[in-house]
Amino acid sequence: MQRFLLSRIAVLIPTFIGVSIVAFSFIRLLPGDPVQLMSGERVMAPERHAAIMHQLGYDRPIVIQYLDYLWGLLHGDFGTSIVTKRGVVGEFFTLFPATVELSLCAIVIAVALGIPAGVIAAAKRGSWFDQGVMGAALVGYSMPIFWWGLLLIILFSSVLKLTPVSGRIGYEFFFTNGTGFMLIDALASGQKGAFASAVSHLILPSVVLATIPLAVIARQTRSAMLEVLGEDYVRTARAKGLSTYRVIGLHALRNALIPVVTTIGLQVGVLLAGAILTESIFSWPGIGKWMVDSVFRRDYPVVQGGLLLIAMMIMIVNLVVDLLYGVINPRVRAR
Amino acid sequence: MSHIEAQEAAEGVGADIPTRRAKRSVRRQMLAEFWSYFSENRGALVGLVVFGLVVLIAFAAPLIAPHSPIAQNRDALLVPPFWQDGGSTAYLLGTDAVGRDILSRLIYGSQYSLFIGVLVVVIAVTVGIAVGLIAGYVGGWLDTAIMRVMDVILAFPSLLLALVLVAVLGPGLVNAMIAIALVLQPHFVRLTRASVMAEKQRDYVTAARVVGASPLRLMLVTILPNCLGPLIVQATLSFSNAILDAAALGFLGMGAQPPTPEWGTMLAEAREFILRAWWVVTFPGLAILITVLAINLVGDGLRDALDPKLKRS
Repeated sequence: MQRFLLSRIAVLIPTFIGVSIVAFSFIRLLPGDPVQLMSGERVMAPERHAAIMHQLGYDRPIVIQYLDYLWGLLHGDFGTSIVTKRGVVGEFFTLFPATVELSLCAIVIAVALGIPAGVIAAAKRGSWFDQGVMGAALVGYSMPIFWWGLLLIILFSSVLKLTPVSGRIGYEFFFTNGTGFMLIDALASGQKGAFASAVSHLILPSVVLATIPLAVIARQTRSAMLEVLGEDYVRTARAKGLSTYRVIGLHALRNALIPVVTTIGLQVGVLLAGAILTESIFSWPGIGKWMVDSVFRRDYPVVQGGLLLIAMMIMIVNLVVDLLYGVINPRVRAR
Repeated sequence: MSHIEAQEAAEGVGADIPTRRAKRSVRRQMLAEFWSYFSENRGALVGLVVFGLVVLIAFAAPLIAPHSPIAQNRDALLVPPFWQDGGSTAYLLGTDAVGRDILSRLIYGSQYSLFIGVLVVVIAVTVGIAVGLIAGYVGGWLDTAIMRVMDVILAFPSLLLALVLVAVLGPGLVNAMIAIALVLQPHFVRLTRASVMAEKQRDYVTAARVVGASPLRLMLVTILPNCLGPLIVQATLSFSNAILDAAALGFLGMGAQPPTPEWGTMLAEAREFILRAWWVVTFPGLAILITVLAINLVGDGLRDALDPKLKRS
């Protein structure tokens, strides 16, 4: 297990270096030099420009600059926002709980509906239920979620007036120092109606964000289940006279879920990409909206740092999924 | 008859060697078999028909669009669709906030979506297959280097990377397409490399090499055709992904710029009217959904028909 872990981590190092090179080159690929970017529209005397370039070290060889950047990264320095003058890491972790809360709710919805739907569809293969679920899954998979979000806002916020249009909680609620997870903070604060308000704000964005993972998980569960149901041991279990419920729930599902776990893990990248759109639609103050806003504000250090932090997040989650896969699938561990 | 052919005839081997004419009929037979599998899938057929319609609409846009996609009519702002009160048959699906006909914009928009899909897939497939062939065929450190670079690209959420690339290159449709092609091509590299590595060990490749086929011929003529199945399926999926991603970039204001009647850009412009005029929001998204769904249906059908492992499952 230890060797397995070490070998997985070893593969991550070149990827991390590559990702940091991408983030490093990003600012240097933009038209104009970094000092011009910082000064914006203002005109700057050439001497002053040269002095700042020298002061910030932009006149040194590119390799030295990169190593310097890497050194900063290893010490937790991911740059400073031009707009807010705050460190990128600080901003990231202030907003990160909002995205985690949203993503977790989305993945819970996707798993809670996707796996049972896939299992039943496989068990009743060819039935109207199967065809309906697979049709719905294909529609979900093809959904432009930014449009889907707008539709749900029209229906639930504008026509039915059931849910708020945007934000994380009603304006009447305020928490001084919390965890950043609105559901937990609302519960802990003890304010009346706070939790309900947080839930009603969370529900539409979560459903929108869950749409594509839900479709993928349902499809994957069904095909994994179908594969397992054709195996000899399932036929044996059936021949022994076990009930369909036992065969599917106890024998088949366990093995069918192994590839599904990987699929769920791979959805993290999908979720973060989806969060960019979902958070923009619902004005959800998470890292997806932060990245889009920063691109528009031309706050390039934030874009650079955020890009790198998000890539690292995904790499870490993928590593965890890989390890988890080793834990639940003994065949991988043995190798 | 040469002495080799004579010998083959004597051994009865020659009869098994197909002539050129026979080869063509074998190909036709394969196509027929593919079609019979594909057409068994009703969803795939429906998808194919709908997709064909979209292509037709795109080509016939100047003929069938009732209005110009960019002409503004100040007297008809936010006119609802014809079946609602205040709607008019002059604007079947209504007009947007500056009085442009939504139906005409949707019709012209199909040109952009198909163009985006085709171009992105062509770029991603060509680059991806070339890089994948080299990685899989040459192997060694070059293979390792290429695959690490692909890992790096795949480490980013595709939409985020495309968004940042467009920020670097400048917003616009062409830059959006380049960015999307770049984030989609690692899938082709991986697929090509994997199937090349599997096929490389086969006897028929060794035989071709012994006969003296050059590496280029081995890669392109001998090996590549046998790796095409999964690549075609991936290309179909990428086609719909490209349309979705381009629309998403347009929606975020980083793709096609107004007044281009691109579907995602139309949605971005419609956002502020979402509570007043449902039709400006609903129809562009519906157009995206229908097109993408049709392509994905075809993709599912292709996968079932081309992948013998998944056949009959």
